[in-house]
Amino acid sequence: MAYYRRNSSADRMARGLGWFSIGLGVAELVAARRLARWMGMEEQAGLIRTYGAREVATGVGLLAMGDARPWMWGRIAGDALDLATLASAHHDGNPRRENVATALGAVAARTALDVLCTAMLHREEATAWTPPRDYSDRSGLPRPPAAMRGAAKDAPILADMRTPAILRFQPA
Amino acid sequence: MKALVWHGTADIRYDTVPDPEIEQPRDAIVKVTSCAICGSDLHLYDHFMPGMEKGDIMGHEFMGEVVDVGAEAKSALKVGDRIVVPFTIWCGECEQCRRGNYSVCERSNRNKAMADKLFGHTTAGLFGYTHLTGGYPGGQAEYVRVPFADRTHVKIPDGLTDEQVLFLGDIFPTGWQAAAQCDIQPTDTVAIWGCGPVGQMTIRSAILLGAKQVIAIDRVPERLSMAKAGGAITINFEEESVVERLNELTGGKGPEKCIDAVGMEAHATATLDSMYDRAKQALALESDRAHVLREMMYVCRPAGTLSIPGVYGGLIDKVPFGVSMNKGLTWRMGQTHVNRWTDDLLRRIQEGQIDPSFVITHTVGLADGPGMYQTFRDKRDGCIKVVLKP
Repeated sequence: MAYYRRNSSADRMARGLGWFSIGLGVAELVAARRLARWMGMEEQAGLIRTYGAREVATGVGLLAMGDARPWMWGRIAGDALDLATLASAHHDGNPRRENVATALGAVAARTALDVLCTAMLHREEATAWTPPRDYSDRSGLPRPPAAMRGAAKDAPILADMRTPAILRFQPA
Repeated sequence: MKALVWHGTADIRYDTVPDPEIEQPRDAIVKVTSCAICGSDLHLYDHFMPGMEKGDIMGHEFMGEVVDVGAEAKSALKVGDRIVVPFTIWCGECEQCRRGNYSVCERSNRNKAMADKLFGHTTAGLFGYTHLTGGYPGGQAEYVRVPFADRTHVKIPDGLTDEQVLFLGDIFPTGWQAAAQCDIQPTDTVAIWGCGPVGQMTIRSAILLGAKQVIAIDRVPERLSMAKAGGAITINFEEESVVERLNELTGGKGPEKCIDAVGMEAHATATLDSMYDRAKQALALESDRAHVLREMMYVCRPAGTLSIPGVYGGLIDKVPFGVSMNKGLTWRMGQTHVNRWTDDLLRRIQEGQIDPSFVITHTVGLADGPGMYQTFRDKRDGCIKVVLKP
């Protein structure tokens, strides 16, 4: 079973990044064309929309799932994709080269945050893991369960809790 | 006095609050000697249950000594009596109480109008729970006011420890009712989802009521080891397919009786539906995660019974109701009619047929309660059941 501690600082940071992901993703979905124009990547608007959908999915995963780590690794992989895409647009032929550089800087900062958060989550697991307790001696029964089977057959259970005889499973 | 007080999501504090006083003639004041954190307290802790307000005192599983009694409760209680307090408050006089349906008492919810609006008709008042069920201050405190105390109590005879009887207030009768309402027959396979405290009590109840085979489903190793100790065959849903394994254990026909001891916060698994639920719940588009219900409906033998002691708070989505209709499944559910069962269960404890204290894994002072909420919620440190000592 994966260990994770909800509301630890790492976990809170991951959930914060989840909301950020959703916000960014929605912005990319809604304003893909404008963003593409701003970075001189007009023909890439469709790709930006796809990345937006990815961001929303990762964000929802971070907010919704118990263990944030797989989703953080998803974010890091997404960061790598974003960086590669932006790097390909950062060339002398792009009149909006400076805007691409700004975007590259922002994504690099986000990547650093993602890596830090993921490392914190893993460190948390490494320090907190303890071997599972063995409760195999805690039956609560005075004799082995097999010997106790049916010991309360006489329990007073009123008719309203009973299955009507006609609806019971009948012997084959 | 000191009490554990709700301040918001995952924010329970050990606060000083005013001492309770007798407000109605049927009240009693109880000095709490032991109380427990219940799995359903976690729904409040995580704020999945609507109707909580800052300052609410938590706790609905508690016991103690009577220190003051209202004029009209004196026929049933006296100062010095040692009692367990059931979490469902009941008047004993309304039509539902006269039928033994104490958890839907028509008179004990002081916020009846609110419950009428949301549920259609009110249910009983509950301690330390949402204002939809009366918003009564709970028992994770040094003292508590018990309304309708002449009915809402279980007197404890000498010679039994708090630990043996404390769970008569909730999880033991809850597990018992979950099994009892399945009307277990000696040929039945009973599958139980969730090996938390209620699940553990349900396993023992199903064994005692004579099930041929009891199967328990969870993913937490220590909970599975405790389930096995109680006589269950265990399924770790992270390691094997629940549906395949249940069919294998029942000759391909499915269990006759399926019990949901999980409720609204079913854990995410690798299944699509549970991820869907998590996502919708995180975005506040549904209140409850219904993975266990879907699985039970799918795997249960046609004409079988689904029993639901697990707490649900509001809305569920994508529930294949057609499966249930076409298979002719019977649904039994509801909060526990605690006092319907407690005389019989107390006798079984006295006779040594069962000792419910087996489930306690942590005992701490009330001041350590806030930390234990987190430990219990996160299933850390082998935590299955926490008892607090005010």
